[in-house]
Amino acid sequence: MNLTLRIWRQTGPEDKGRMVTYPVPDVSPDMSFLEMLDVLNERLILDGEEPVAFDHDCREGICGACSLMINGEAHGPQRGTTACQLHMRQFSDGDTIDIEPWRARAFPVIKDLVVNRNAFDKIIAAGGYVTAPTGSAPEAHSTPVPKDDADAAFSSAACIGCGACVAACPNGSGMLFTAAKVTQLSLLPQGQPERYTRVIGMVDAHDEAGFGGCTNIGECTSACPKGIPLNTIGRLNRDYLKATTKRAGTPGS
Amino acid sequence: MVITKTRSPIRSNVGLKAVMAVTGILLVLFLIVHMLGNLKIFTGETSFDHYAHWLRDLGTPLLPTTWYLWIQRTILTVAVLAHIGAATVLAMRARAARPVAYAHRRKIHVNYAARTMRWGGVIILLFVIYHILDLTTGHLNPQGDPANPYGNVVADFAPERWYVTLFYTLAIVTLGFHLRHGAASAFRSLGQQTPKGERRARAAALVFAVVLCAGYLVVPFAVLTGLVA
Repeated sequence: MNLTLRIWRQTGPEDKGRMVTYPVPDVSPDMSFLEMLDVLNERLILDGEEPVAFDHDCREGICGACSLMINGEAHGPQRGTTACQLHMRQFSDGDTIDIEPWRARAFPVIKDLVVNRNAFDKIIAAGGYVTAPTGSAPEAHSTPVPKDDADAAFSSAACIGCGACVAACPNGSGMLFTAAKVTQLSLLPQGQPERYTRVIGMVDAHDEAGFGGCTNIGECTSACPKGIPLNTIGRLNRDYLKATTKRAGTPGS
Repeated sequence: MVITKTRSPIRSNVGLKAVMAVTGILLVLFLIVHMLGNLKIFTGETSFDHYAHWLRDLGTPLLPTTWYLWIQRTILTVAVLAHIGAATVLAMRARAARPVAYAHRRKIHVNYAARTMRWGGVIILLFVIYHILDLTTGHLNPQGDPANPYGNVVADFAPERWYVTLFYTLAIVTLGFHLRHGAASAFRSLGQQTPKGERRARAAALVFAVVLCAGYLVVPFAVLTGLVA
């Protein structure tokens, strides 16, 4: 396959950036998308040019590092698949492929296709944890969890924090990520003590980072490589509204 | 320990959406009552005019004449202003959230209704202003006689004033699209949390939007076709 890539090149955070066209000949349909970029980078290095910077780590769809907007779709055209698990057989000979970084105020570009997703860490730091008991590990069966709650918590916990929801959202909202991280804990008994301070803290951190609000349209869910369902955001909304009725510093409220 | 901000939660993205949902539901309740009132036009001139005048006396003798109406108008105005205010803040935040646009953006595949909420809302607001000047105060009505509301409606949608009917139809269809997304979205903003409930809310919102549109459009078209004269 012979492809033409149009890639966002930006030397640093201060650079204005531009789309640059690269022809990539002899692409195997069995390559992954990132392997195809590796081939391009090897050639750029041999030619004495700066290789294209992009985030990647596990390359098996579980770490959430890859973050490519491919032809205007987060992680490319295949549903439920990260960019690293996307194969070139999804494209045809002669295609022009546009590759851009995630676009959001909260995700500033560091270089080329690499963005700073520190805003997600700040949301987690604002409440995405439980108070762990000290001492020896408790017996797993000592805290029973209803099956439905466990299943819903697990589907939220599948979030790998890649940021595709933000990239796909017309409002640049990080609600699907925040909702997944809130509900994976709020559905379980271990997450109850901090349930209502957590949701307030995490939504505050979300808003403060400069993400937009949710308009319940579901672009995030269709872009999510882990298929986090849209109703997760409804759970977040319910917890948030309930949290506003509780008075801080008033025991039993 | 989480340090929660003292900032009012109503200003958060979730809080503002809750404001939009609650005010939206209030306005929808008014739309239902208003539509049912409009349909009284099919019961004849006397009955319709009696209903219109009764609205002024509603609440008496507990309240002086027209007081109930003014209380309702105040509540609706506050609801409209809060709805628009929250929408404006959210739209501005959404715009600021993506300062650099994508060079290549796949057309988002959500329905037309969801994509036109903001501009649809502006069109509906302009229509409501026109509508009040037309059929409440009578300034833009060819007859404009407060004692004869039935005559005002018939004169308003007369066949030679087809452009009024056209604008009315466009505004009502825009309202239908607004409700198709908005009516379901309101429940999600207030904590509707299951996929089954979401499917039901979306189906109900679609049926509701179509019924409401039909209920409002049947009046001008009845005048246009001479069914109501």
